[in-house]
Amino acid sequence: MVRSQVLICGGTGCTSSGSPKLQAEFEKQLELNGLSDEIKLVRTGCFGLCALGPVVIVYPDGTFYSRVEEKDVQEIVEEHLLKGRPVERLVYADTGEETAKAKVETALNETRFYKAQNRVVLRNCGVIDPENIDEYIAMDGYAALGKVLTEMTPEDVIKCISDSGLRGRGGGGFPTGRKWALCAPNKAPQKYVVCNADEGDPGAFMDRSVLEGDPHCIIEAMAIAGYAIGATKGFVYVRAEYPIAVKRLTIAIAQAREYGLLGKNIFDSGFDFDLQIRLGAGAFVCGEETALMTSIEGNRGEPRPRPPYPAVRGLYNSPTVENNVETFANVPQIILRGADWFASMGTERSKGTKVFALGGKIEHTGLVEIPMGTPLRTIIEDIGGGIPNGKKFKAVQTGGPSGGCIPNSLIDTEVDYDNLTAIGCMMGSGGMIVMDEDSCMVDMAKFFLNFTVDESCGKCTPCRVGTRRLMEILEKITSGKGELEDIDRLESLCQYIKENSLCGLGQTAPNPVLATIKFFRDEYVAHVVDKKCPAGVCKDLLTYVIDKEKCIGCGMCARNCPANAIARTDYTAPGHKLASFAIDAAKCIKCGACLANCKFKAISKQ
Amino acid sequence: MRVDKMINLEINGIPVSVPAGTTILEAARKTGIEIPTLCFMKEKNEIGACRICVVEANEGRGYRIVTSCVYPVSEGMKVLTNSAKVQKARKTTLELMLSTHNKECLSCIRSTHCEFQKLCQEYGTDENAFSGFRPIYELDTTTAHLVRDNNKCILCRRCVAACREQFVSILGANDRGIDTNIGNAFGMSLVNTPCISCGQCTVVCPTGALTEKDDTPLVWAALADPTKKVIVQTAPAIRATLGEWFGMEPGTNVEGKMAAALRRLGFYRVFDTDAGADLTIVEEANELVERIQNGGVLPMITSCSPGWVKFCETYYGDLIPHLSTCKSPHQMLGAVIKSYWAQKEGIDPKDIVTVSVMPCVAKKFECKRDDQNAAGYPDVDIAITTRELGRMIERAGINFKALPNEEFDSPLSEDTGAAVIFGATGGVMEAALRTANDWLTGKDNTDIEFHGVRGTAGLKESEANFGGLKVKVAVASGAAAAKVVMDKLAAGNPDGWTFIEIMGCPGGCVNGGGQPYQPQWVRDTVDLKAVRAKALYDQDRGMTLRKSHESPFVKALYSEWYTEGFGKGEAHHALHTSYVKREKFVQE
Repeated sequence: MVRSQVLICGGTGCTSSGSPKLQAEFEKQLELNGLSDEIKLVRTGCFGLCALGPVVIVYPDGTFYSRVEEKDVQEIVEEHLLKGRPVERLVYADTGEETAKAKVETALNETRFYKAQNRVVLRNCGVIDPENIDEYIAMDGYAALGKVLTEMTPEDVIKCISDSGLRGRGGGGFPTGRKWALCAPNKAPQKYVVCNADEGDPGAFMDRSVLEGDPHCIIEAMAIAGYAIGATKGFVYVRAEYPIAVKRLTIAIAQAREYGLLGKNIFDSGFDFDLQIRLGAGAFVCGEETALMTSIEGNRGEPRPRPPYPAVRGLYNSPTVENNVETFANVPQIILRGADWFASMGTERSKGTKVFALGGKIEHTGLVEIPMGTPLRTIIEDIGGGIPNGKKFKAVQTGGPSGGCIPNSLIDTEVDYDNLTAIGCMMGSGGMIVMDEDSCMVDMAKFFLNFTVDESCGKCTPCRVGTRRLMEILEKITSGKGELEDIDRLESLCQYIKENSLCGLGQTAPNPVLATIKFFRDEYVAHVVDKKCPAGVCKDLLTYVIDKEKCIGCGMCARNCPANAIARTDYTAPGHKLASFAIDAAKCIKCGACLANCKFKAISKQ
Repeated sequence: MRVDKMINLEINGIPVSVPAGTTILEAARKTGIEIPTLCFMKEKNEIGACRICVVEANEGRGYRIVTSCVYPVSEGMKVLTNSAKVQKARKTTLELMLSTHNKECLSCIRSTHCEFQKLCQEYGTDENAFSGFRPIYELDTTTAHLVRDNNKCILCRRCVAACREQFVSILGANDRGIDTNIGNAFGMSLVNTPCISCGQCTVVCPTGALTEKDDTPLVWAALADPTKKVIVQTAPAIRATLGEWFGMEPGTNVEGKMAAALRRLGFYRVFDTDAGADLTIVEEANELVERIQNGGVLPMITSCSPGWVKFCETYYGDLIPHLSTCKSPHQMLGAVIKSYWAQKEGIDPKDIVTVSVMPCVAKKFECKRDDQNAAGYPDVDIAITTRELGRMIERAGINFKALPNEEFDSPLSEDTGAAVIFGATGGVMEAALRTANDWLTGKDNTDIEFHGVRGTAGLKESEANFGGLKVKVAVASGAAAAKVVMDKLAAGNPDGWTFIEIMGCPGGCVNGGGQPYQPQWVRDTVDLKAVRAKALYDQDRGMTLRKSHESPFVKALYSEWYTEGFGKGEAHHALHTSYVKREKFVQE
């Protein structure tokens, strides 16, 4: 009899921070203590709290340990698992209840990180062993497929998805039910269902976590989509840089075939469906649906003009439905729990939940799933734990390089498709990068634009050349050579690129520039007119200065200066024994080493 | 017949009704508006990449920019093709292209024939509107036939499509972003790839990025050398196309003006490759008969097209024995010039420079092949294209349109109608059938037009009836059609063909890789292959001698020079060649 289960996070974040070693150590310690038969170790998918990984949870009591190290395992096994005394110092709590007892007794779902979340897409992540189909089935897995194949017509399925209000989670927000409905009537010898798992936004890992933590739900959803539109073949296009996701998906497909949940005559219904994995080589543009299909076909991943839309002529010129991982992950539960249940979550035109990958200047870097309509403030301050080091929140970038930034003045915006679009941002696939007061918004625009400049496939002129020219204007501005007209040039070129590019990548590439100009025009003006970077980021516009009155003459700055730009002066400030130092601006490379090494706060950047 | 649903829309306020599925670009043509394009090639390159063809379209939700070359019309749609916004967008696109372009337009080989230059002029572009990084590329000059200068490439990918249409597909995009460039896999040099030298890419390139290797300096140098006698010959297809270089209508036959122009350029003799074409027919017909009688390899395939020959050597090396060993007509005539004619004229062949004006860039490769030097000197020293001849005539200040019609020089220009039609796909086959019919029936047949092998289809099959003896033949043009034929041969010739004509370029020599440029919209709206071929068939119909074996030149040659007869002795040595199996890729 197993009396207790220890769940160890096997997501990519915790794997990087050492969870495989933890698992080995647990196995060893359980063996030493003769507990191997009583305690079951489970390697799960992502829990979401990646910043505090590796995380371990012990059931049945639900004790949640964070930042567990190899050396802590012996203590957990001997104290908690053997003697029933949780190791208080490792228990995670963020509710402010600092007494040891309270920490242990606080239910995980009552913590600030989890309280405002509603895990629909991620319901099995961190709960089941993703490499074991039985655990998925135990969580009602494949029940939706069974229901669809035995009780519903394809039209019923499409109606259910349409009624639920589910919209594509990959960025565009196209209604999923309508997409399926457009494809279903098209006659063709072969149709396809494609899962877009080519998650490419910098800092985004929502889809990876679903594939790693709950791969079967994607398989189930794709089979349901296949039934709905009349497709018998599916492809999952997943980045080769996601080895754990690929491995677990491969295992899951094999298990599903073994159980007869993929292949011929599923559930004796006469419906055939099977899946193949295609590995993407990492080009961002392959996340664009037509480029993705071109890549599956074995060609260089480049977008094709639309129309014709994939629903009419997609993969191998056949009618195709393509949805992203998170969209599919919602499908089985919509089928099982009903369209009304799903539509009860969220806002008027954005139903359900959305998974975000929180990153940047935020305490709880990680994966969060919130109902649509949750205020941005809740995500950043409550779930995310606010900004580290007492810094002030400045803006958050949603939608990655295709999105825009949301400034502090709009932090109470309720997050859904329409609200974000209305302020010139986009939902995107769910990357959310937080910036604090030390971030320069012109520099941020450069950062995101640089990504698209680099990732442009080079097919159409506006994106291939235009984004590069935008970048060069931004570089001119941040190097102090900008003119006021450059801001107009930026806006005009941005507008041109938006309207004239071939695919979504190019059409949205100027968004980071347009949004920062819209909300932080004063910063652009400061760069151009005052030749200053208010956040102190753009090196060419910075000067490091030593306050000769504060300098005690210790020389730490000069010793750490890699450019030998700092020398002692002949001035000794009143009250100090040694002459102070000064920086030769001509030699200074603005690395900041002096500032970092001055213990007396005598150095500042201006 | 299915009747297409008609769609009604307005273009610049003018109502137009077109079948469903029509693009805005095609619908605009109906109203007399030619929307500019750069990347678009009808049914060949519909990729919407260059963004020059953008228009504003309103489908009920306000005007927005769409790409007219691929965007289908819809009921009630309103289109503006020249609004201020559209013009600004096109101008910006052109200026962005210019910012990565090597702007040496004053001396560029494509200047005044450049589609990009023309648009930049029309849209009043500022060539310095954008500055910044632009990649610099080395020129690929590794082959005998063409030069790739990526510094002038605008990435329209028409060359990629042309190469794909040829089933060779050695061209594609490398790298990404602003470094995106068109080239061979892994940036290999062209000479190390299975390029068949057809030059179709040079015909479709809208700029100076892909051009034939310019051999006109060699010709000018030879003409300026007092110790050399420079002899020129022109292929059958040149007379049907050279006029286009000077703005004449496609399909204008300019044989007389061409001869006049060549004489004014200073060539010592102006000969006609037609004479060599007749020679080819008698040699080839003889080879075919011998193969049939002696159990040789059948079907036999023509070898006039060096692009096709290289395709066969590279892709179907095991089937080389099917190739006729006959040299191509201009090589045969070159060999005759440096032997028979040189002796008659008392000229040392070392003092002769033979120049061929060809519709073809592969001829530049062919004349440098081994086993193409019968008299101990290259049969042909320099092969230039129709375009290069056009440029020479321009430089020499010759007013082409005003020239009188003159004759070629005797005797290596006496030709027949059979030779004239060599320039069109099916022409060689028809010429061979005319001779075979007479020889096999022993009659002077008068019904000599074989319409089953005419037309611009890529692959044509026919059955010839020589007084009861039936022979199945096939005619292919374009390497893609050649592939179909060769795959069938590899599968054992299930259709029972005996004789096959293959040309490397779609439509044959009239559409060769060295022919004059036409802007893509002309290529999309005029069937150049058919129009140019018609000029040749018309000339054939007006001629008295229409069978190669009746050529007085051929008769004289075999009675005076190749006295051992067709394919024997010296005729075999001088007029036949050999082939090599080629690796597809050569490691660099």
